[in-house]
Amino acid sequence: MSFEAKRLLKLATCSVLMLMSAVALAYGPEGSQVNMDPGVTEVGENIFNLHMVILIICTVIGVAVFGVMFYSIIYHRKSKGAVASHFHESTKVEIAWTVVPFFILIGMAVPATSSLLAVYNTDDAELDILVTGFQWKWKYEYIDENGQNVSFFSNLRTPQSEIRNSEPKGEHYLLEVDEPVVIPVDTKVRFLITANDVIHSWWVPELAVKRDAIPGFINEAWTKVHTVGVYRGQCAELCGKDHGFMPIVVNVVSKDEYATWLSGKQAEAAAVKELMAQTFTLDQLMERGADVYARSCLACHGAKGEGGVGTALAGSAIATGDIAKHLDIGINGVPGTAMQAFGGQLNDVEMAAVITYQRNAFGNNMGDMIQPIDVYNHKKG
Amino acid sequence: MGEHHHHGPAKGLTRWLFTTNHKDIGTMYLWFSFAMFILGGSFAMIIRAELFQPGLQLVEPEFFNQMTTLHGLVMVFGAIMPSFVGLANWLIPMMIGAPDMALPRMNNWSFWILPPAFLLLASTLFMEGGAPAAGWTFYAPLSTTYAGPSVTYFIFAIHVLGLSSIMGSINIIATVMNLRAPGMTYMKMPLFVWTWLITAFLLVAVMPVLAGCVTMMLMDVHFGTSFFSAAGGGDPVLFQHIFWFFGHPEVYIIILPAFGVVSQIIPAFSRKPLFGYDSMVYATASIAFLSFIVWAHHMYTVGLPVAGELFFMYATMLIAVPTGVKVFNWVTTMWRGSLSFETPMLFCIGFLILFTIGGFTGLMLAIAPADFQYHDTYFVVAHFHYVMVAGAVFSMSAAIYFWLPKWCGRMYNETMGKTHFWISFVGFNLAFFPQHFVGLAGMPRRIPDYALQFTDFNMMSSVGAFIYGLSQILFLYNVIATIVAGKKVSDPKVWDGAEGLEWTVATPAPYHTFETPPKIDPAHAHS
Repeated sequence: MSFEAKRLLKLATCSVLMLMSAVALAYGPEGSQVNMDPGVTEVGENIFNLHMVILIICTVIGVAVFGVMFYSIIYHRKSKGAVASHFHESTKVEIAWTVVPFFILIGMAVPATSSLLAVYNTDDAELDILVTGFQWKWKYEYIDENGQNVSFFSNLRTPQSEIRNSEPKGEHYLLEVDEPVVIPVDTKVRFLITANDVIHSWWVPELAVKRDAIPGFINEAWTKVHTVGVYRGQCAELCGKDHGFMPIVVNVVSKDEYATWLSGKQAEAAAVKELMAQTFTLDQLMERGADVYARSCLACHGAKGEGGVGTALAGSAIATGDIAKHLDIGINGVPGTAMQAFGGQLNDVEMAAVITYQRNAFGNNMGDMIQPIDVYNHKKG
Repeated sequence: MGEHHHHGPAKGLTRWLFTTNHKDIGTMYLWFSFAMFILGGSFAMIIRAELFQPGLQLVEPEFFNQMTTLHGLVMVFGAIMPSFVGLANWLIPMMIGAPDMALPRMNNWSFWILPPAFLLLASTLFMEGGAPAAGWTFYAPLSTTYAGPSVTYFIFAIHVLGLSSIMGSINIIATVMNLRAPGMTYMKMPLFVWTWLITAFLLVAVMPVLAGCVTMMLMDVHFGTSFFSAAGGGDPVLFQHIFWFFGHPEVYIIILPAFGVVSQIIPAFSRKPLFGYDSMVYATASIAFLSFIVWAHHMYTVGLPVAGELFFMYATMLIAVPTGVKVFNWVTTMWRGSLSFETPMLFCIGFLILFTIGGFTGLMLAIAPADFQYHDTYFVVAHFHYVMVAGAVFSMSAAIYFWLPKWCGRMYNETMGKTHFWISFVGFNLAFFPQHFVGLAGMPRRIPDYALQFTDFNMMSSVGAFIYGLSQILFLYNVIATIVAGKKVSDPKVWDGAEGLEWTVATPAPYHTFETPPKIDPAHAHS
């Protein structure tokens, strides 16, 4: 290759690089976010400022170091007749570039320490929410002084058809849930974070909260959001197959709206308690069961009970066999397999409905059913 | 007698099977690691192909997790570590004037247990339940109670790899301590030998910790213990402490020999001695020491007490000091040199720029409160690929181009080498630079599908990854073409600026070198 050709090649590659950066910058402000979001909390703003300060310090040092290097690359070339010097040590210089960075680091450590202490200050919370990670959903439990706890699961709402590309993806693809966690604005909320199975991590970037959910231990984190809105996040710790499919949605509302929402949820909880005492017809159970199935079973057992990750239910020995054993598997799961224990995730009405549904849908037509009281008795042993 | 001393290699397959020659073993390590590099690289291509656009297109989430897990394990334990052991085998005896490694039979054994270990690991792909899928960091209990049957095979493979690494390191320590030519004092050793000596101590210190860690997993899985299960009185976070007590020194195990390589090559093409040799040695030792007291910076979000968090933050930030010293020394070595830009030098300059960027993001990640936003996002993925790929792999490419002519007596094709560099450089940056952006914008790592706002940068990243991947085929072709039909070189000093004992022996390096120790000029400084 001639000298000119080499030069051309170099120019071409350099322009590709520059084009790349230009594309990145052009896309940045409009198309895609390129930087951290300061979010909607004081802590988040502090962290953002810290991030920017350190980024700028690093950039300045980088420009200086690379500047010196490129000066050498351009002016100290052999091809330009540069003759090498032979200096190869200087204790003074070495001491200087050991000590100066040390002081720069101290300058970074001071604001970092105060930000960290703020992150860790979970005192004086006005509201406590227990967050439990499950494979692959979140459970929220509002801890109430009067024992009127409200709790619910929050599942991914994006349908399989969007994930499998058979339907166009919605605006909040993968970042939408069936029931968001609701918190009041301008209120210090403490999250008590734990997990039921493996380690998960509860992260909402705009709240600047990320804390691992560890089975058997409870971690604390807190937030005080100053702007009403909907904030979205995801599980941040690899937790198995559907790690990418357990989002978090936090709905921050005014204090009044929150009070209304909470009393609504408490009334709902009371209604479910009443429901548990009722006896249902087969049709009622089937109707409820179909909903529960779509939410909790379908991903593994298939829309027609044909199986997938889980075993097939259509015509299966369990769904068409001993009804007590079927119920037991629903409640306690099958250890060592992907079949989880749903006893803590579904209430007794839901459990009764879904077991009944499985026994009568997909052509199983067993005709038998489970009532909420049966589930209650089975759990009691 | 004379004939006995100057025999060449044996013929046929048994030459490789039974060899105790450091050059043969070095060659096998290098070819093996390249094979693993291609294997681990193809796993990465599957990952990037799936992530080209949102939605699930090519693979299922379970298999995606197996790919991220195996990509990490194969690259760390199969590609990068063995490649530097191969380089150590070829170069350390020639650099210190020794006839061979101190423990040649163990040398043979430490190589030959590697392929079966990886065969075992790769075979899990075909098992029921699939390969391990808990990430290369395999956090419990996902890797124990919730893992498939393949975890047992994985544990055994890790044991064997650890054994191989420990034997290799003991060999390097024994060689450097006992077989230096008379007059080759410690402070005259080439920096590559120094960095490997320190690396070998790190390996001997931490590989047993990893072995202990996977043994505890084995006990939890099969023998009813509860080291990592709260239900039985254990603690899942204990796993992370043990793993990262191994894992953090491990990343320096990977990068220190790369520092050594760069410290050999930059002076050669600057035609000027390395600036601050002594401070380079002290900086390397400081980094090695600090690597033992910073492990929990990988665990800022597990709920450490605030005092622990502060300790690990301060200790981690300190690493910037010796690392900075190294970068400043390399740049000052180039300053007022007489520079030329053959392929090895290009890769070293690429290393210098990209590793420094990785160092900066490392400093950012050290800041605990900010890490709450960075942790487990693509920002971390970008960071460690800047130090692992642009650090370790770029320096390894530089090393191959630099020493290959000495090894085989043939010169590689310079145009092809430079093309390899430029395509790698562009592909690498296109692949990994946008990952900083998506990470800061909130994309978690290890997910097979992502929200729509991350689409553009993921597409760029996938295109870049394929460009980088394909450039390695060019590398392979160039190396084979050189060995088979490269232009012959016979000058012992292949590069006019190269210093060191390996450039005093004939080119190509004979099968046995330094059967009588060379004379080291006492006045001559280190090389």
